[in-house]
Amino acid sequence: MGKVLMKGNEAIGEAAIRAGCLNYFAYPITPQSEVAEYLTKRMPEVGGVFLQGESEVAVAYMIFGAAGAGERVFTTSSSPGISLMSEGISYIAGAQCPAVFVNIMRGGPGLGGILPSQADYNQATKGIGHGDCRMLVMAPASVQEAVEMVMNAFPLAEKYRNPVMILGDGLIGQMMEPVEFPDHLKTEPSNKDDWASNGMDHRKRSERNLVRSLFLDPTALNDNNLQLKAKYDQMKKEEVRSESYNSDTDYKVLIVSYGTMSRVCRTAIDALKEEGIDVAMVRPQTVFPFPEQAVRDAAQKESCKQVISIEMSMGQMVEDVERSVRGGKPVHWFGKCGGDVPTPEEVVDVVKSLIN
Amino acid sequence: MGKTFQRPEALSDTMTHYCPGCTHGIIHRLVAEVIDELGIRKRTVGVAPVGCAVLAYNYFDCDFQEAAHGRAPAMATGIKRVRPDLVVFTYQGDGDLASIGMGEIIHAANRGEKFTTIFVNNAIYGMTGGQMAPTTMPEQRTTTSPFGRNVEDVGMPIKVAELISALQTPAFISRQTVIKPKYINKAKKAILKAFTYQVEKKCFSLVEIVSTCPTNWGMTPLDAITWTEENLLTYYKLGDYKTPD
Ligand SMILES: Cc1ncc(C[n+]2csc(CCOP(=O)(O)OP(=O)(O)O)c2C)c(N)n1
Repeated sequence: MGKVLMKGNEAIGEAAIRAGCLNYFAYPITPQSEVAEYLTKRMPEVGGVFLQGESEVAVAYMIFGAAGAGERVFTTSSSPGISLMSEGISYIAGAQCPAVFVNIMRGGPGLGGILPSQADYNQATKGIGHGDCRMLVMAPASVQEAVEMVMNAFPLAEKYRNPVMILGDGLIGQMMEPVEFPDHLKTEPSNKDDWASNGMDHRKRSERNLVRSLFLDPTALNDNNLQLKAKYDQMKKEEVRSESYNSDTDYKVLIVSYGTMSRVCRTAIDALKEEGIDVAMVRPQTVFPFPEQAVRDAAQKESCKQVISIEMSMGQMVEDVERSVRGGKPVHWFGKCGGDVPTPEEVVDVVKSLIN
Repeated sequence: MGKTFQRPEALSDTMTHYCPGCTHGIIHRLVAEVIDELGIRKRTVGVAPVGCAVLAYNYFDCDFQEAAHGRAPAMATGIKRVRPDLVVFTYQGDGDLASIGMGEIIHAANRGEKFTTIFVNNAIYGMTGGQMAPTTMPEQRTTTSPFGRNVEDVGMPIKVAELISALQTPAFISRQTVIKPKYINKAKKAILKAFTYQVEKKCFSLVEIVSTCPTNWGMTPLDAITWTEENLLTYYKLGDYKTPD
């Protein structure tokens, strides 16, 4: 199949189907309602399930129920909706079920705005729900990458039996770009008979399966949390992804930026290069786990004097950048909140102000 | 003569954590008998609530999922939509279903989700130690209504069976109790019908069961039965509110 021109939100819906996920529950919210509008037509064509839930709270538990029954399932939402889902995400993580959540971020706090933003970074990477729970979070910078990340999200969720989030900003959802869909995923959710409550007569073993997050015995609770921690540690070892740009030069400034914002930074880096100023970028593709090593290594390069986190939020990822650089070089922040995407010219000016 | 009374296969052989005089145990048994009679144990998934019955899966010998407080109908929706061949039931208390989870039950019922809800109404929050529920009776004393439920302040108790019957879609809604043998047989029949309609893929079904909580009502089990008959059954009227045929 060749390239097709598609809106990000629709491409995300199609990618899930091609990843073998035929179950979708959601509640409408701008800027991602097109996923539901697309899937309400597509799911019946492929024999899948589409249901508009009564709220994001309920949707999170529809996802939990379906995941607990061992079926591939996903939802899409935007910032305020994800806040409502966070209770359910914590339960899903606690009960160790695989599920995929897509957050097409808009500005906040509160109702905020409906334009692109990256202000849910901390929520996604550090505070998605109560208790010691975490998600694997991938942040696409193009429609093509969104498709690939959605398709990878399902096997990853199943590998870890944990929620996985695609963290995109409103532009990723709204923009049209050419995409090429990888082949259909052939994998099946593995080993689900060991844990899913998919009906006893469905399995070889005669024991029943319980999907739960309550462990009244402190030792059992501790064991569950140790299992979760082991998974999060394994993610840090095996799933970190990032991309660098213009890093084989003697750059003076290192930008760390992700998603749509990183594309603006790329344009700015090209413009600066024409003026004879080399600037490099590390673009996290996973934001949890964060590419600490890649950022630290890039910052440690001798030519590099300044590090700056550029994000569409009031300074959230910058804390992870500081943590990675560990005081080796000065770390700065530049950003704007939802809607007002910084321009390449603004980025050029900010970078110049760091070296003058 | 062979055994005439034994533990249903769908019940585990284990000690109960329910208090003396609590009716959860009887209701568990009736549900388990129905599961046995329909021969569906190995394709049944229960959804436990948050409340005294959160550990229901310790007693039922079938697959189970444990919901968050009030969200069991949404979880059951998720299970049943992706696996329509399974038999799915939620087992919920009145705080769980009629307070924090009112939205989920109304919408699941209104969509006509093809699962069964066993709704245990004991007019109080049992697990958290006897706070007022939306079903607590006028003047009934609880830890958060120490002078009795003031209906001027918090309204009248919610009649769930009637409320859900007002929706057009849900088709089998019944209210029963299990405080005396004469009621138990009727309750069993209602639960059997509710599961049968599900197995026949007919409709959403809900059986409300008026129950006791001697511990949190501050009564002996016997007084709790009398109090239920005199106070609850006069307000929460027993019977079938809706049937599909
Ligand atoms: C989100 C949330 N809020 C509050 C609680 C605390 N809580 C646990 S059980 C319960 C009330 C249960 O009462 P009911 O549903 O009537 O069941 P019963 O215990 O009487 O069987 C509450 C408020 C909780 N676990 N989760």
